[in-house]
Amino acid sequence: MSSVRVLVGTKKGAFILTADGRRKDWTVSGPHFAGWEIYHLKGSAADPNRIYASQSSGWFGQIIQRSDDGGKTWNTPGSSPEELASPDGMPRGESNKFVYEGQVGTHKWYDGTQHPWEFKRVWHLEPSLTDPDTAYAGAEDAALFKTIDGGRTWKELSGLRQAKGALWQPGAGGMAVHTILLDPTNSKRMYIAISAAGAFRTDDGGATWKPINRGLQSKWELPDPDAEVGHCVHRIALHPSRPDVLFMQKHWNVLRTDNSGDQWNMISGNLPTDFGFPIDVHAHEPETIFVVPIKSDSEHYPLEGKLRVYRSKSGGNEWEAMTKGLPQKDCYVNVLRDSMAVDQLDSCGVYFGTTGGQVYCSPDGGDSWNAIVRDLPPVYSVEVQTLQ
Amino acid sequence: MIRVVLPFHLRNLARIEGDVELEVAPPVTIAAVLDALEVKFPVLRGTIRDHDTLKRRAFVRYFACKEDLSLEPPETPLPATVVSGEEPFLIVGAMAGG
Repeated sequence: MSSVRVLVGTKKGAFILTADGRRKDWTVSGPHFAGWEIYHLKGSAADPNRIYASQSSGWFGQIIQRSDDGGKTWNTPGSSPEELASPDGMPRGESNKFVYEGQVGTHKWYDGTQHPWEFKRVWHLEPSLTDPDTAYAGAEDAALFKTIDGGRTWKELSGLRQAKGALWQPGAGGMAVHTILLDPTNSKRMYIAISAAGAFRTDDGGATWKPINRGLQSKWELPDPDAEVGHCVHRIALHPSRPDVLFMQKHWNVLRTDNSGDQWNMISGNLPTDFGFPIDVHAHEPETIFVVPIKSDSEHYPLEGKLRVYRSKSGGNEWEAMTKGLPQKDCYVNVLRDSMAVDQLDSCGVYFGTTGGQVYCSPDGGDSWNAIVRDLPPVYSVEVQTLQ
Repeated sequence: MIRVVLPFHLRNLARIEGDVELEVAPPVTIAAVLDALEVKFPVLRGTIRDHDTLKRRAFVRYFACKEDLSLEPPETPLPATVVSGEEPFLIVGAMAGG
């Protein structure tokens, strides 16, 4: 029977939630890396037992962890007990070394001056769709790194910062590559998103990038609302069967593109507010999408204290509120950008985590919801693996 | 034998129980102890000082013999009681405040 493994990153450690395909009875494992901030964990599609995790701390910096047994045990790549026992010398201990390529360069600072890039942490890890040893890391300050040796070493794909990087400026939450989407039909094509710079696409495997922000409007955030870069993109998502169609939750506005980002169009429609962070696509219905509307950029909680997932079955514009099983009064949590995911089971499961420490599961495509856990630390990220 | 005391999170990360004991050839300086520590536990590289610049991370402190050595130059010799192993060299996570 199929089962699911939910990988949850929180402010104080990682948790792994597992259940069979009914998704009713859950086992909770954790905290892993207790006390550390876990921005993101993600499993490899090519080898589900291979999971990468980004562990960080304001004191001790960035650590990359890797599991090769589905999250039961973890090692910093290059430092497993077997490698440490090697008589050929010590491993180099560089799995946490993220160095900007060449001249570090500068980006726009809060006061309008230019400021050197400074590595802070990895926000998002995206394993290759075909090779367990290859993965991408989205970093703050905004940059994209790649490993081809299972996370032992990382090299920057510095072409990204050539896409008008000098004009990028951090928002209140920093300036990070938080979304990495791989095109399953074209290994040379990737999309990334940065707050607050926008969305970008490469068609040559990461060597060169171009901004794909035409159609985005930021009239309250930018002096030129149609600027080529500078937009605060919160999240983008795609369905693997149609990788040219992308859905975006922006700071304000929900949008879609049908031509790989060359032109975006608003699909906020009847949403009660179109501010929010996550967006995701149903596993089997490419036109069914989910968002969690948040009151405003000044008030990061649901409208009227009612936690509602909004679902569109028409690719946007027409939205319905999903409320069954979700708190409908006195709820003032947020749902962060990397905290929503879907599984691949026949009845598609939808999951999201909150800053209040709840992780919710809908085993029926959003119709009804159950809390898997209620009292975790603030949830930073949720990913799901569907296991056979 | 130099005794080094690590903070909780770094002991966990390096899977260390108790103090670390290091052989360090003279002159025994702050930098020499950190070099030896990172050779023995490569996973600690980058967590106490920057990979490239070897600058101390902002919220890490070095204490010994009731003195704060954090702002001393890396080539500063450690006190004789630390070199003899009588007193430990402490690597500490700075107070979070709040």
